[in-house]
Amino acid sequence: MTELTKLTLAAALDGLKRKAFSSTEITQAFIDQIEASNETLNAYVVKTPEKALEMAAASDKRIASGEAGALEGAPIGVKDLYCTKGVRTTACSNILGEFTPTYESTVTQQLWDAGAVMLGKLNMDEFAMGSSNETSRFGPPANPWRRQGSNQTLTPGGSSGGSATAVSADLCLGATASDTGGSIRQPASFTGTVGIKPTYGRASRYGIVAFASSLDQAGPIAKTVEDSAIMLEAMCGHDEKDSTSLPEPVPEWRDAVHRGVQGMKIGIPKEYRVDDMPEEIEALWAQGIEWLKEQGAEIVDVTLPHTKYALPAYYIVAPAEASSNLARYDGMRYGARVDGDNLVNTYEGTRSKGFGDEVQRRLMIGTYVLSSGYYDAYYLRAQKVRKKILNDFVTAFGQCDALLTPTCPSAAFAYGEKADPVQMYLNDIFTVTANLAGLPGISVPAALDKQGLPLGLQIIGKALDETTCFRVAGALEEAAGFVARPEKWW
Amino acid sequence: MSERPTYTLKGETGDWELVMGLEVHAQVASEAKLFSGASTRFGADPNCNVSLVDAAMPGMLPVINEKCVEQAVRTGLGLKAKINKYSRFDRKNYFYPDLPQGYQISQFDHPIVGEGEIEVDVEPAHGDPAYAFPVRIERLHLEQDAGKSIHDMDPTATYVDLNRSGVALMEIVSKPDVRSPLEASSYVKKLKSIVVALGTCDGDMEKGNLRADVNVSVCRPGDYEKFRETGDFSHLGTRCEIKNMNSFRFIQAAIEYEARRQIEILEGGGKVIQETRLFDPNKGETRSMRNKEDAHDYRYFPDPDLLPLEIDDLFIDNIRESLPELPDEKRARFEKDYGLSRYDAGVLTADAERAEFFEVVAHNRDAKLAANWVSQELFGYLNREDLELADSPVSAVQLGALIDLISDDTISGKIGKDVFARMIDGEGDPGEIVEKHGLKQVTDTGAIEAIVDEIIAANPEQAESVKEKPKAMGWFVGQVMKASGGKANPQAVNQILKQKLGL
Repeated sequence: MTELTKLTLAAALDGLKRKAFSSTEITQAFIDQIEASNETLNAYVVKTPEKALEMAAASDKRIASGEAGALEGAPIGVKDLYCTKGVRTTACSNILGEFTPTYESTVTQQLWDAGAVMLGKLNMDEFAMGSSNETSRFGPPANPWRRQGSNQTLTPGGSSGGSATAVSADLCLGATASDTGGSIRQPASFTGTVGIKPTYGRASRYGIVAFASSLDQAGPIAKTVEDSAIMLEAMCGHDEKDSTSLPEPVPEWRDAVHRGVQGMKIGIPKEYRVDDMPEEIEALWAQGIEWLKEQGAEIVDVTLPHTKYALPAYYIVAPAEASSNLARYDGMRYGARVDGDNLVNTYEGTRSKGFGDEVQRRLMIGTYVLSSGYYDAYYLRAQKVRKKILNDFVTAFGQCDALLTPTCPSAAFAYGEKADPVQMYLNDIFTVTANLAGLPGISVPAALDKQGLPLGLQIIGKALDETTCFRVAGALEEAAGFVARPEKWW
Repeated sequence: MSERPTYTLKGETGDWELVMGLEVHAQVASEAKLFSGASTRFGADPNCNVSLVDAAMPGMLPVINEKCVEQAVRTGLGLKAKINKYSRFDRKNYFYPDLPQGYQISQFDHPIVGEGEIEVDVEPAHGDPAYAFPVRIERLHLEQDAGKSIHDMDPTATYVDLNRSGVALMEIVSKPDVRSPLEASSYVKKLKSIVVALGTCDGDMEKGNLRADVNVSVCRPGDYEKFRETGDFSHLGTRCEIKNMNSFRFIQAAIEYEARRQIEILEGGGKVIQETRLFDPNKGETRSMRNKEDAHDYRYFPDPDLLPLEIDDLFIDNIRESLPELPDEKRARFEKDYGLSRYDAGVLTADAERAEFFEVVAHNRDAKLAANWVSQELFGYLNREDLELADSPVSAVQLGALIDLISDDTISGKIGKDVFARMIDGEGDPGEIVEKHGLKQVTDTGAIEAIVDEIIAANPEQAESVKEKPKAMGWFVGQVMKASGGKANPQAVNQILKQKLGL
């Protein structure tokens, strides 16, 4: 049954609907694959085969009685950041111990309501802080892709490294992920998958462990643009339990994927042409421009003058919010606790043992930038930069319908290659701007580099205009004809 | 109303004056907490009124309770304050086990209510004259309460009850306009009467639903006036904040102690350290809680989980239209409509229920007589017995009936007091009491004349001497009243006596 796991989500849903196979059959196929591969790939940190088979059986009943939902019977994986009722949720941090929520996140609840089947919880950087998945308490996953002729394990990117790995290695039909500074798009780019971060407020944050509230957005990683549209439709929608959730109807994005780009204006921001960007990425970007031109789009040069301030601003705003959001992990009510002989020692023991280095680094930065005497110079200034970045986009979108950029300045790298945290942060350079401005961004695989690693292109759309992102991404996907799969070595 | 007196404290080196600003925390009267659907019911078992949001479980988000916003706006209107159509919630970050989120959601620099002003009535004890003074309100903001840490249940552990965690509070901040311990407690009393009248806080201080922090400093005569002219705080002394007082008596005692403490330090050549202090009611002292050096850096920043709070004119106008009559407006109306003194009107309107009771009694009756009976006799009795108006053995209708009996001369005012005492004892309707005990006033001049004749005849010497000393007629009045069992109409008695004694 391994062939079933190679299906796209769209094809699998079609097969399920036609009763070519049952949800139980395809679910079992994924369970077998996970059983065989996960020890090597380390994509799943919690496997829920029994729950999956129960959900699959219920799906089969609904399919039989004609009550199938939009994702009926489709097995998916869930990033460990999403609270799942009765299933351990730790955001891959030691501090959450064996925390098992009594509640379900809105996004996953919507997926289960649509009929999706849960295979388990996916690996990620601790509290979604990282670009390589190295900060996970469960150790990093292995990117299914390797450099040609090399046995070196590469990162699938982060923070949604487990989601990208699972989708790329056919360990689920699609996965939930989350994106605070590029955590959906960068792993998608590193693994030859599609990842979209919708407009801030499209998907509810209720029940998703918070990293940086004003930047966090849920989204899927999937095998194709169409699959990502199917997933995203089920994940979005207004939620009264999240005050920042937008009261907007969810468009039928799946229909937009093959609508083409004829007559569209695509902006090319010159500031994304950074120093020492690999030639291949430069070339791929140029290729992307050609593909869109060929399909009838008009290319316009635009400027986003404050781009260079985006990364510094991001690394002030995100840690600041995180330092406050993560204050609740104090060992008092749930999660791991290290008892000290007084309250302060208990706090210190719990938090210094419970949080990893990268999380502690960001909590310290965040605490610092919010401190009295530094607030104006850092946090307040970063918020001003944020407004300027948003204005840059508004101005640019006066001239075009969407922007085309590379997703990342590099292909997947090996573990340990970016030991300097700042080098790691630079990997987010093209993705953080969409978070700071709250805009939708999608990464679509477009080519392999000389070493045989996938590279992605990013489309950034206007607020609430995911439709255009999907149209452009669909056009690029078609033009690129990207069908490469990692050669199975695991 | 008399002039506002200056409160001075005598020191070794001269006179001192007090300057105070207050921060009053009033729990918003609402069914649910500020950002979660959990109940606010008092007295539930520990940790039973706690939602996932209140316990700060991972991934939980706050959602504003519109009812609490409405209550804050209602209170702002009651304080004659500016309502800010744009306000914002900020996080105040600090670690404590009864603060599950690790931050309190409050409003730092964009409060929902801005500047206002209220008039505070002061009723000094010891017979000094009553007066009123204005207090400027700086702001009112909404914030979450914390949970409760219980340190005395176990020798080594602290227990935490999160029932209060996330309950909505209004913090009402005054400008430094309060100048004596009595003014401070009077200000809190006034605020309490306003929020209770508005229905925005139950004012129950014993349960901690209304509590005050007082910023106390001392200065030399003249300094405060310089401060008011220039707005320059350097004219005032260093302040200490006395936290969390929940009785009028404690507020006064704490301020009196704290003022003396500061004066002693200053006169001894020392410096007052800016700090937070707690009042210990058992010892009658304030003691240091934390000083400026170990004050928290709260790292305030806008809560990214919440959008700015924006309200429109329609929202405010709807609340304005549904405002009840406030204590000050009611007092003014009582002065005007019932011809009462400001003081009497103030006593009767301090509490909405009492005011309503009075209005029933005064309806179509002599208002001053009604005011006397309600505030002197009934409220006097209730206060002595420590009873609530709801527990009064005498209803407004019954008290009104008693006043009618006096007004139509069925009984005298003096007999009225006896009847009132019997009403309190539960004998019921005043008309029936008068019938049953034969207390009707004797207005039959013939019957009175007979008694007067009898008394004059029995006391010829006094009847002679009263002609020299007309003031001694009082003795005859007393004798006649006594002989009639108090039922003789006093005016008739006076008239007949004068005539018969030839005065």
